Amino acid sequence: MGSYRHAEPVPLLARPRQRLSSAAQPAALATGKLKYAKRYALLRHIALPWLLPLTLLGLWALGAQRGWLSAQVLPPPAYVYQTLHDLATSGDLWLNTSASLQRVLLGFALGAGLGAALGTAMGLSKQVEAYLLPTFNALVQIPVLGWLPFALLLFGIGEPLKYALIAHAALVPVTLCTLQAFRQAPPALLEVARVYGFSPRQRITQVVLPAALPTLFTGLRLGFTKAWLSLVVVELVASSEGLGYLIVYGRQLFQLDLVMAAVVIVGALGWLIDRSFDALQRRLERLP
Amino acid sequence: MSAFQLDRYRGWVLPVAAVALWWLATNQGWSQSGLLVSPRQVWHTAVQQLSGLPFWRALGSSLARDLAGFFIGTALGLLLGCVLGLSPLFERLVGPSFNTFKQVSLFAWIPLISVWFGLGDVAKVVFLSLAALVPVVVNTCDGLRTVPPGLREVARVYGFSRWQTIATVLLPAALPSIFTGVYLALVYAWLATIGAEYLLVSGEGIGNTLIDGSEHFRMDLVLFGMIVIGAVGWGLNALARMGEKHLQRRFGIVD
Repeated sequence: MGSYRHAEPVPLLARPRQRLSSAAQPAALATGKLKYAKRYALLRHIALPWLLPLTLLGLWALGAQRGWLSAQVLPPPAYVYQTLHDLATSGDLWLNTSASLQRVLLGFALGAGLGAALGTAMGLSKQVEAYLLPTFNALVQIPVLGWLPFALLLFGIGEPLKYALIAHAALVPVTLCTLQAFRQAPPALLEVARVYGFSPRQRITQVVLPAALPTLFTGLRLGFTKAWLSLVVVELVASSEGLGYLIVYGRQLFQLDLVMAAVVIVGALGWLIDRSFDALQRRLERLP
Repeated sequence: MSAFQLDRYRGWVLPVAAVALWWLATNQGWSQSGLLVSPRQVWHTAVQQLSGLPFWRALGSSLARDLAGFFIGTALGLLLGCVLGLSPLFERLVGPSFNTFKQVSLFAWIPLISVWFGLGDVAKVVFLSLAALVPVVVNTCDGLRTVPPGLREVARVYGFSRWQTIATVLLPAALPSIFTGVYLALVYAWLATIGAEYLLVSGEGIGNTLIDGSEHFRMDLVLFGMIVIGAVGWGLNALARMGEKHLQRRFGIVD
């Protein structure tokens, strides 16, 4: 690769991280200017993502102040912040968040446990798979929301309804990913296991499971995302506490500040959960 | 061949047994609950619904909304995904905001959308577009970013212009990932169609039929509606797979 190429803006498609390192390579030749460029790039890397949200927030505040939109339709940000603060200090925030978290965690544990068991059973035995998988695939065609009216009639609007739907939402991806994970063990490794005369148990714990781990984890992650999505729906439809309930309640009273505060919390929690899964996944990948 | 047929036969065991048990339960009167409807009654409801105009109108308006939202969302998603995937500057500018935005559970937007756009078709289509947009953006952007560096280098060596590189190297290489996004968008849009009809209750649609059944304790209607929703979802999936195969053949992608 000719060195003059660095002068052109050719590697436009490289990721920012790669760009930083390519800028750092000839740093030994001319340090001063490049050091500055590097610092500038770093600053841009950190500052740029804040530009859009801050601009939007500024527009929102300005719009509210100038009265472009009535406060009923779009409450000013300060008002939303105040509501968040009130929710936090009055304890309502914690009450509703813990109710939601309890539902999603229990429902997810139930669904993921069942899904893992089902997926393992189908993954280990072709017989079980032949009997179960077609029915499972047919039932999966009905989305969680299609089950909602059925479950409403069956369970009423109490807690069992929420657990059932959240568990169902988590079950589907976990089952499918577990099944896929068992199927994708590299044939070469399986052959080695056979040559060495591994027992079925050894084969599973030492060959199949380690190879299956990333896919299993993907299934769990997907399952949790679905469970979180269903939680909000179920709470929107039928509940007397929880984050979804806060949203519906605010909507009914036409208190959009409450609705927005609750949406912000839902987003923040979803983000937090996603980040933790990300961190966990990275740790798992680093394991030998 | 015979093993294949045996497989099919084994797959039917469970559903047939379940329906037989169901039939037995209603026939023998194991439960007095009004919720335990007989398979025959569900069949009657199905025939009655399928031969009446209101059902087809409801299904038609649901599908029309679904497709409208899907196309708008996919088109916008492709645009946004391409820009995000092709421009590192734009990615840095918008990417983190978008990633945070997509963490908000989709249905949490419905109350806000209902305030801003009402309860009618506009609100529903806006919501559906949002549902379809997210997976398309994520997968398009991902596909463009993970194009093998070797391909890019070849384009550079041959002195391709920026547009040539995008049109003849990057987009075709990202196509499988883009398909995945569009496919997911179709699934999400249908899910969101049902959800929008539950939560933005007005007008007609297959979701409203289900809600009616649920409110009037008509389990037969609910079961029929569920089957219809499942069948439509399956049909859309099949259509998407067909389209994908066709496009793959056209662009010579084998995976």
